Amino acid sequence: MEVGVKMGMKGGGDEVGGKEKEKMGYEETELRLGLPGDGEVVRKRDFSHTVDLKLNLISTSPTDDKDKNIVPSHLDPAKPPPAKAQVVGWPPVRSFRKNMLATQKSSGSEDSGEKAAFVKVSMDGAPYLRKVDLRMYKTYQQLSDALAKMFSSFTIGNCGSQGLLKDFMNESKLMDLLNGSDYVPTYEDKDGDWMLVGDVPWEMFIESCKRLRIMKGTEAIGLG
Amino acid sequence: MNYFPDEVVEHVFDFITSHKDRNSVSLVCKSWYKIERYSRQRVFIGNCYSITPQRLIARFPGLKSLTLKGKPHFADFNLVPHDWGGFVDPWIKALAKSRIGLEELRLKRMVVSDDSLELLSKSFPNFKSLVLVSCEGFTTDGVAAIAANCRFLRELDLQENEVEDHRGHWLSCFPESCTSLVSLNFACLKGEINLASLERLVARSPNLKSLRLNRVVPLNTLQNLLMRAPQLVDLGIGSYVDDPSSEVFSKLKAVIQLCNSIRSLSGFLEVAPCCMSAIYPICENLTFLNLSYAPGLQGNDLTKLVQHCRKLQRLWILDCIGDKGLGVVASTCKELQELRVFPSDPFDAGNAAVTEEGLVLISAGCPKLNSLLYFCHQMTNAALITVAKNCTNFIRFRLCILDPVKADPVTNQPLDEGFGAIVRSNKSLKRLSLSGLLTDQVFLYIGMYAKKLEMLSIAFAGDSNKGMLYVLNGCKKLRKLEIRDCPFGDVALLEDMGKYETMRSLWMSSCEVTHGACKTLAKKMPSLNVEIINESEQLEFSLDDRLLVDKMYLYRTLVGHRKDKPEYVLLL
Repeated sequence: MEVGVKMGMKGGGDEVGGKEKEKMGYEETELRLGLPGDGEVVRKRDFSHTVDLKLNLISTSPTDDKDKNIVPSHLDPAKPPPAKAQVVGWPPVRSFRKNMLATQKSSGSEDSGEKAAFVKVSMDGAPYLRKVDLRMYKTYQQLSDALAKMFSSFTIGNCGSQGLLKDFMNESKLMDLLNGSDYVPTYEDKDGDWMLVGDVPWEMFIESCKRLRIMKGTEAIGLG
Repeated sequence: MNYFPDEVVEHVFDFITSHKDRNSVSLVCKSWYKIERYSRQRVFIGNCYSITPQRLIARFPGLKSLTLKGKPHFADFNLVPHDWGGFVDPWIKALAKSRIGLEELRLKRMVVSDDSLELLSKSFPNFKSLVLVSCEGFTTDGVAAIAANCRFLRELDLQENEVEDHRGHWLSCFPESCTSLVSLNFACLKGEINLASLERLVARSPNLKSLRLNRVVPLNTLQNLLMRAPQLVDLGIGSYVDDPSSEVFSKLKAVIQLCNSIRSLSGFLEVAPCCMSAIYPICENLTFLNLSYAPGLQGNDLTKLVQHCRKLQRLWILDCIGDKGLGVVASTCKELQELRVFPSDPFDAGNAAVTEEGLVLISAGCPKLNSLLYFCHQMTNAALITVAKNCTNFIRFRLCILDPVKADPVTNQPLDEGFGAIVRSNKSLKRLSLSGLLTDQVFLYIGMYAKKLEMLSIAFAGDSNKGMLYVLNGCKKLRKLEIRDCPFGDVALLEDMGKYETMRSLWMSSCEVTHGACKTLAKKMPSLNVEIINESEQLEFSLDDRLLVDKMYLYRTLVGHRKDKPEYVLLL
């Protein structure tokens, strides 16, 4: 993974200090993961050195359909927030307190009894894959939000080295964003076929999903 | 006052106790400066790198009590790498060499070594009080040295420190002749202690007012301790687990009833909820209740307990109390001044979390509320506006919405108007922490209305440099500004460089400040230390002016660059 000195510099390198950084128009290039036919764009605030990812999934459970528009969970009061956000230093709880609570919980917690269902998640363009435990979620919306958080964590906060952040943001990927291609969530089922996420009821989905892949929309045309 | 002899002026100064006032007094004239410095006993240093121990000792030969703070606040959240600094060792060495008769040392976010503690314990015969908050670097061996050598020790208060526990006998190191203890807090220690030693120590400490136990102290020991110290005012319970039908538990119930001086209760680090009823008799006298480390108590248990606490002034609790539970607090605790609601699971709020509803109920029921720390999973502008109408006395208002950029879930709007209402109606606000979806507008309001603001914490907020500029221009009393992940850059940083001399410190991480701008600032302002914390391996690249700085910490100082910086810190 290459770390370029160019990364993260201000507007094309011709301004040094003093001049406000040119916004790169992220409102227009905001990544959206939408299923074909989903026209609603929910805009989130951008801050100019990160990119927002949103997965918009059609939910099949009646309680999820609060509006005709798909509302990401942070805007929907009825949803519990997605699990396991991984921004460094957030929420601002003293490490001592976090560690203490973790110790107390682990010595007091019981086995839930259900087996975990970890599957690999890949996203086109991301430098590495992640794993999620599908049993942690009850709806497509929850999974969607957790994945969004997981992959936006490439761009939020300290990734351990500036290089990781900047590489993901390099020019060719930026061009993809600028071209406005959407991302589509797909999964590989027990038969080895690549399916669009969201068609079947959630329970059925967990049983049959072997891995997840968040594809570039241009490649997903055959699935729709 | 020129015609009064010095002794009279000095006597008048005895009545001036606040640090700020004493500082002001010393600036009036040379004569007052001299009188003040010789009579000063307590000194507070908010940034240990702003002055050297040698200069401190030279100016205040009568020093008895020193308070020092080291690392920046965001170090609490793992944003400052290990070994950044904040070492107390040079201070203790310098003080030990001098003729200062140190009696009290209070440290926050500093690195303390066992050697320092041992030197401290042996160098000051009248040493009485050691308070360590959020410190690290020492073990129970250091604590043992303090116990063993400080003959007149009154206070040993360890709060939320990372202490390596050698499971030694530090408690047994208090000599039999030590009978002066007033306050003993070892709740943050993880290891075993000698319970018999503890009981003997408490038995021979008639002045003991404050006792906070760690997790390994069981309920039957608690019962013995309370029997020996019914005069306790502040109690921190370690383990509170037993069978309610046991004899020990009945004895505990009886003994607790005798402890009618207890005003402050904390701990319950391990707890069986069915035992909580024994506590009810003392609840009606409580002014401070801290259950924030008691995840074993569910919402119902908390609610039942709180119903007995009519005189409560300060409440620290976990969010599993829920909005309904906060409603019970609101209708019971009419004297409440400070509320802190912590997340029981920072990463997975689930159903147990609190929302804006709980806060609104509290604001309506507790008119004396002046200090708030509230972790919740959502907030609305309407709720904040209501809170602002109900409560106009806030000194501290810290709101943390667990999802970093969450908008008002009802209107999808940023929370600018809500926070704007808070600052507009709370004119005494000194400390503010923001969260949720926020634009430059909120900073416009803060700059306009938060005239007494001293500390501001910002994360994932704002749209442009204007945001930061509103704050720097408007908040005349600003002392500490800490910012992470905001689109503030060089223009804001460099607009008014003199401002930073009026502040203690500025922290900016993951913002848009360039290396070049930091260099400019450092060059123009020799009275500031501008530190770049660079954790990446490509240190060579960090010399490019156009590169964005990952973490910058700047602070005013009288003594130039510090000599103890680690390799990854660049001092400009």
